[in-house]
Amino acid sequence: MSIRTPFSRVQGLGSAHSGTEHFWRERASSVALIPLTAWFVYAATHLIGLSYDDAFTFLHDPVNAIAMLLFVIASVVHMTLGIQVVIEDYVHTEGSKLLLFLANKAFGWIIGVASVFAILRIAL
Amino acid sequence: MADTPQSPAHQRPLSPFISIFRWPVTMAASITHRVTGVGLALGMILVAWLLIAVATGPGAYDTFMALGGSIIGRLILFGFAWAVVFHFLNGIRHLAWDVGYGFKLPTALGASFGIYVLSILGAIAIFAWGYHRAGLL
Repeated sequence: MSIRTPFSRVQGLGSAHSGTEHFWRERASSVALIPLTAWFVYAATHLIGLSYDDAFTFLHDPVNAIAMLLFVIASVVHMTLGIQVVIEDYVHTEGSKLLLFLANKAFGWIIGVASVFAILRIAL
Repeated sequence: MADTPQSPAHQRPLSPFISIFRWPVTMAASITHRVTGVGLALGMILVAWLLIAVATGPGAYDTFMALGGSIIGRLILFGFAWAVVFHFLNGIRHLAWDVGYGFKLPTALGASFGIYVLSILGAIAIFAWGYHRAGLL
């Protein structure tokens, strides 16, 4: 017999109070990244040896700009979730853990905002 | 007071860690997945840098391309390409695990070994294709 209340069980959030959301978001972003990474490899190899004007034209194309936006956003979401797990696994001091969580989020936001801003500036 | 279990008089074997275990390829692949994941997060700096360089202008773009084309730049980009392919393939294996496939020992060993081989071949193929595109190969 469990001492958990029926309400707690039906919520299904467990001891971390966040349920499977982190796990699920990591999987969902990884599925999104399968086609997006394949496209990114194509784009990255396409850019090799291109002049500035040709590289600009490539990223100015709406389809390429949208694909790059999706790739960057999915990557930032996925990496922030993944690095958080690494921190949780190896850092057991509450203070350091909190600081690293904040640094991880800051890193994700900076990479994400900088990339999105750059793509929009090229594309618009 | 009597000796505590931690005192030298009561040296007990510690539980084995990665320096003690024989490294099965499945364990190596698992660790590599995590290491490549952290590496790819750092690699996103390069992606953001490239995008900012294109948004900034020809000077910034040429600087990025010159650094990327240097020996060290090429080594870093090759490592990045390998990490992309490894994490991509092993990530698909993770998704297969999530729905219950790929846990049988021969499958797990074969897939781990195969992903190492394929990721190296993939990275070489990406570089060969890129060099070919740039007219260098």
